[in-house]
Amino acid sequence: MPDKDIILEVKNLSKVFDKEVLNIKKLSFRRGKVYGIIGPSGSGKSTFLRLVNLLELPTKGKIYFKGEDISMNGRTDIPARREMTLVFQKPLLFRTSVEENIAYGLKARRFTKEEIKARVETLLEKVGLRDFAGRHAGTLSGGEAQRVALARAVAFEPALLLMDEPTANLDPSNVELIERLIMDLNRNTDMTIVMVTHNIFQARRVAQDVIFLHEGRIVEMGATEKMFTSPQDPRTRAFVDGRMIF
Amino acid sequence: MRVFFKLLCLTLAIILIGGCSNAPVDKGEVDKVDEFIILATTTSTYDSGLLDVLLPVFSQKYGTKVRVISQGTGQALETGKRGDADLLLVHDRASELQLVEEGHFTDRQDVMFNDFIVVGPSADPAGLKGIEKVTDAFTAIAFGGHTFVSRGDDSGTNRKELSLWEKAGIGDFKDWYLSVGQGMGDTLRMAGEKQAYTLTDRATYLSLKNSLDLEIVLEGDSLLFNQYGIMAVNPANHSHVKYESAVKFIDFLMSSEGQELIAFFQIGGEGLFFPGKGVDD
Amino acid sequence: MSLLKGIAEAFSLILTLDPYLTQIVLLSLQVSGLAVFFAALAGVPLGTYLGLKPQERTRFAGKLLYTLMGMPPVVAGLLFYLLFSRMGPFGVLGLLYTPTAMILAQFVLAVPIIAALTMIGIRSRGKDVQETARTLGAGRLLTAWTVVRESRFAISGAIVTGLGRVIAEVGAVMIVGGNIEGHTRVMTTAIVLETGKGNFELAVGLGLVLLIISFVINSLLYSFQGGGKEIA
Repeated sequence: MPDKDIILEVKNLSKVFDKEVLNIKKLSFRRGKVYGIIGPSGSGKSTFLRLVNLLELPTKGKIYFKGEDISMNGRTDIPARREMTLVFQKPLLFRTSVEENIAYGLKARRFTKEEIKARVETLLEKVGLRDFAGRHAGTLSGGEAQRVALARAVAFEPALLLMDEPTANLDPSNVELIERLIMDLNRNTDMTIVMVTHNIFQARRVAQDVIFLHEGRIVEMGATEKMFTSPQDPRTRAFVDGRMIF
Repeated sequence: MRVFFKLLCLTLAIILIGGCSNAPVDKGEVDKVDEFIILATTTSTYDSGLLDVLLPVFSQKYGTKVRVISQGTGQALETGKRGDADLLLVHDRASELQLVEEGHFTDRQDVMFNDFIVVGPSADPAGLKGIEKVTDAFTAIAFGGHTFVSRGDDSGTNRKELSLWEKAGIGDFKDWYLSVGQGMGDTLRMAGEKQAYTLTDRATYLSLKNSLDLEIVLEGDSLLFNQYGIMAVNPANHSHVKYESAVKFIDFLMSSEGQELIAFFQIGGEGLFFPGKGVDD
Repeated sequence: MSLLKGIAEAFSLILTLDPYLTQIVLLSLQVSGLAVFFAALAGVPLGTYLGLKPQERTRFAGKLLYTLMGMPPVVAGLLFYLLFSRMGPFGVLGLLYTPTAMILAQFVLAVPIIAALTMIGIRSRGKDVQETARTLGAGRLLTAWTVVRESRFAISGAIVTGLGRVIAEVGAVMIVGGNIEGHTRVMTTAIVLETGKGNFELAVGLGLVLLIISFVINSLLYSFQGGGKEIA
């Protein structure tokens, strides 16, 4: 019997481009928790998210979403996709209004006009862009754009929210705003959030569990505080210590 | 920007709808009147304007429109042989008779004739104005190395010109001879610009005379008579051709009404075509 | 005839909406407009499809499109002449010397242009748009539509470029259309004919209309490109 609380599980997941960039024996994610994936660049963090969201197909291995194998047959157009989403480091906003951007996923899911309007309004309020509904997406700053992208991603209340370095290159006030939004989501919904970050402080502030990837493999994983206070693996220690100097 | 996108769509839509309403439609008439027939003719005939006089009279009388394709004689004969036209109005008598013999065409009639002329610069550097025989004139051009512009497009006029060179015994074309691959009008224009000699039908020359710096330097040699023939594409070869309408058109041109229209057709007060047959068999 | 006088008379032909000239201009717009309309229906999806594929996997298709983009109109004309002539494989359709044949020939000229330019336009941003749409749960159809809509400036530019090319070509329409007055005579073939006949006023008038149309087309193109940059 699969554990109902496990929303996502991967087994023997491998991705080979020119060489193998990811190889994970087993990893599971529980409903309602925030996970941080940390590790140096090139460690396979982004590839992992892209595999889970089926933007890439695994070379080998299985991905289970709510107990269902979604990696089968190379099919990428399956209902499970609609229950998860991925926010990129550099958000791409459609060349329409802010409102239309946020409504995109809702329209794809055939929400009613009233429902869409209500949700867009609430979300704009939450991301601090109340008067931006009619603005063209092309006129937004980087931070505003990322906030719109986040609002767009959570509008349809996915069960799994994947984020790839969502606050890289943003100024501190925008970073704070986005982190607060993530914590809000964690408190008020049972969304599972997986956030790739190179910023270990951020992982420590936001995530309950942390996974440390190195050269495509899991070096260490566990509760955040434990990882930071008493890392077991020397590589984790080096990574954590190296950053802790300043 | 979105406005432009919509505008583009709208424009395309209008064109599409407009296109549909104007598209040719086969109405499937009950009587046996064809909506149109295709007449392939030579550029010189077309450019003379004679058809503008003849066709409306025919169309009004029989209810059949005539779509005219104007091509070089060689291409027009080929068009007919392939069955891409219903009838031909051309002027290369020897070829026509041979093609009738071979069964490609039928109901051929000598419908009218005109004459070719040699035109050149008013200064007439080759001194053709006193010469009577066209072969002598051509010899003078060749030996003097005076510029001669040839249509070089396998048209009836071009074929005529080549046969005249042959008759004159000239086979060595040097840089004085320019083969331009153009219709009669363009060839005349080029001859004018270059102050060169050329062989032309009288009709095209008269219609363009005012915009050309060229004079008639030789005319009247019987070798220069130009017989026009009209003939239908043989329905035995191409079952789709509108043979009956084609014959109606031939009969119309050969009728006294048609022959009179040809005889009275004038440009600048000069008649261009003589009805009937102007050559001996 | 002086050029100035010709231009003056040409303007009066245009301003008085001379019926012969008007009819030719309208037919040109119809033939080329329809050709481009259908070429867009084929070329935009093809270009979008190729633009979303990794560039190294579409190298051959790309080369082929670029080659066909440069196909001389007379070659397209010759091809359709041989196909549609009564002796040709599609002769029974009786399409030679009809506007339909002209539309088909221009369609073939426009498709590679529209497809290639669409492909280039999609390549710059299409992959990212596709992935974003998919992360947001869009199905295949909505994803495709989103990609096209997001590249609408490039695609509009591609379509307008195709229109500019075919409306100005003379080789194909002359051969397959036959330049029949009132039936298949378009601006370019009429210019050839009227120049040959020495009717410079009409030729210049048509040339002016063609230039004006070209100006409008290129203004549109310019604004599409400007529009694209403004927001990119």
